[in-house]
Amino acid sequence: MTQRRLGRRDAFRLAGLSAAGLALAACGVQGKGTAKPTSSAQAQSEVEKFWSGKTKNGHVDFANWPLYMDPKQPELKQFTQQTGITVNYKEVILEMPSWFAKIQPQLAAGQPIDYDLMVVTNGLHFEQLVQLGYLAPLDHSKLPNFAANVAEQYKNESFDPGNVYSIPWASGMTGIAYNPKYIDTPPTSIAELWNPKYKGKVGMMSDSQEIANFGMFAIGADPDKSTEADWEKAGAKLQEQRDGGIVRKYYDQAYMDPLAKGDIWLAMAWSGDVFQKNVSDGTDLKFVVPQEGGTIWTDNMTIPKTAANPVDAIMLMDFFYDVNVAAHLAEYINYVTPVPAAKDVIAADAAKASGDDKKLLEEVASSPLVFPSAEDSARLRSYVKFKTPQEQKKFESIFQAITTS
Amino acid sequence: MSRLKASLTPYLLLFPGTLWLAIFFVIPTVVMLSLSLQSGDVVNGYAFTFNWHSYVDGISTYHDQIIRSVVYGVISTVIQIVIGFPVAYWIAFKGGNRKSIYLFLLLLPFLVSFVLRTISWQFFLSDNGMLLGPLKSLGLVPQDFHILATSAAVIGGLAYNFLPFMILPMYVALERIDPRVLEAAQDLYASKLQTFLRVVLPLSLPGVFAGVLMTFVPATSDYVNASVLGGTSNTMIGNVIQNQFLVNQDYPTASALSFTLMALLLVGIFAYAKALGTEDVLEVAAR
Repeated sequence: MTQRRLGRRDAFRLAGLSAAGLALAACGVQGKGTAKPTSSAQAQSEVEKFWSGKTKNGHVDFANWPLYMDPKQPELKQFTQQTGITVNYKEVILEMPSWFAKIQPQLAAGQPIDYDLMVVTNGLHFEQLVQLGYLAPLDHSKLPNFAANVAEQYKNESFDPGNVYSIPWASGMTGIAYNPKYIDTPPTSIAELWNPKYKGKVGMMSDSQEIANFGMFAIGADPDKSTEADWEKAGAKLQEQRDGGIVRKYYDQAYMDPLAKGDIWLAMAWSGDVFQKNVSDGTDLKFVVPQEGGTIWTDNMTIPKTAANPVDAIMLMDFFYDVNVAAHLAEYINYVTPVPAAKDVIAADAAKASGDDKKLLEEVASSPLVFPSAEDSARLRSYVKFKTPQEQKKFESIFQAITTS
Repeated sequence: MSRLKASLTPYLLLFPGTLWLAIFFVIPTVVMLSLSLQSGDVVNGYAFTFNWHSYVDGISTYHDQIIRSVVYGVISTVIQIVIGFPVAYWIAFKGGNRKSIYLFLLLLPFLVSFVLRTISWQFFLSDNGMLLGPLKSLGLVPQDFHILATSAAVIGGLAYNFLPFMILPMYVALERIDPRVLEAAQDLYASKLQTFLRVVLPLSLPGVFAGVLMTFVPATSDYVNASVLGGTSNTMIGNVIQNQFLVNQDYPTASALSFTLMALLLVGIFAYAKALGTEDVLEVAAR
């Protein structure tokens, strides 16, 4: 029996195929999980390794979210005056997923991303930045203001115990916002979001972690301790709300305008958005933390490992923990400040001010959105944490089936 | 020597275009194809494993959105032909020496960004907005009537956003029709309707064909209109792909879905070309 010999054409074709195969296989996406430091001694040596030989360069590039500082940047001017360090402040972070997608290739290649300081929300992408070893371990000897002034609860955040990689910029709550023009009885229960009386007038968030939390509050589960069975149940509950035609739309960011215009009457909302909308557009929207629970999230200052000016960046981080600076920042942004002593400074500023300014400052100092009451705080929960990528995939498939069908 | 030069000339002329195609089409396509067959996650990296499951799972999970996108694309394209043809006809035959002004007016909205134009529709159509507010206060439509968050809003948005791309090629085809051909039809005692149906329409078909090519593909793969104007049941495949890429970081499924969409569009276009009886698709489109 003779085997068919390979003709020249066949050889070419094979060569082409294997070249194509090689080309296909070469287009992989790099990833490298690094083990978290296991002991405190190891963590300390990581810190020393990173910070040794790093010096002040007189400049910081700072990436933040929009509307997270007075556009005139008085705090940064003050910082430059005090330290001589210039700050290039950019509002470039609009969403965590797209921001992560933007910086990931550079960080994976060990290149600088042109920012020395960036504000990252806790959650999935923060976890990934840590796991991939993209964040610089913080040298706490360079953070005296933080140590002195931060609220106790921020020292042991579940997403970054001991503030190894991050310290908070501001935090906020996810609760229910409503337009009192259309709703007479203030909703206090999350069940109101399922009330058939509001058919087609309810806005929910499309983010699966946010919506999952609300599903779990509705079935009485704690997201932090939830199991896959809870997710299934919460998903079914949310599906029921969707099938009932109660949800008008799953929003990514832009739910405040429809709420103000009456397209929707009540919606899942972030606390600070409600306050800012009322101040800027003269609306009278209300915000409540539902009695079953609300979500608390934190936006955190972090230094990418490839930063060119980490020393200047950590000085700026600490500067925002000066009580006066923190107070002025909170007066403008109206999110929860991690520095509780700021309340007295704002109250004192209000006493000194007059007219509209006085009213606004008094409102900030007494606002439960900036300084949540103890009972509101007690009801606040964090996002679900995933142990494995498979778990996360399962979670996403449950909740995204609801928002994207 | 000169013969060698002559035989090389076409290749030299083709070179820039070929390079363009290689960099901006072939390479990304190969990367996407590769990604669609990988498995893994962002933290641990992706590896090439001939993982066909991305296709199977992606299509079985999202077939509704795929079908919806194609349906929206077809309906919006038909609407564009119905609205666009008379406009193109009018500019070509009755536009006189103001033709260029009309064409400029047609393109004027493009000075504003795509997303902004879509958002302005959101404002215009909102439940108590400029359009529905007065109608509701006059009692002409019921209080709970709304346009936003319906299929109509999304399809309307698609038709609006791509309309100029439909009109321009149709205008070019109509404008090129030799007036003497129309005179000849008249000389042969054809009525106005007969002239239109048997002379103008067939001669303008390549323009319609090009218009469909330029609007059906972007309309079907669009995601902005669905996310700005749509509600809970108007998600298009573009939204899913965006979500898979950015939010879930499930690059294999996202690539598999992109590939599926691309294949569907290609098949659709060739079927359409066959139905139209156009032998050489590319030649007609390029005209």
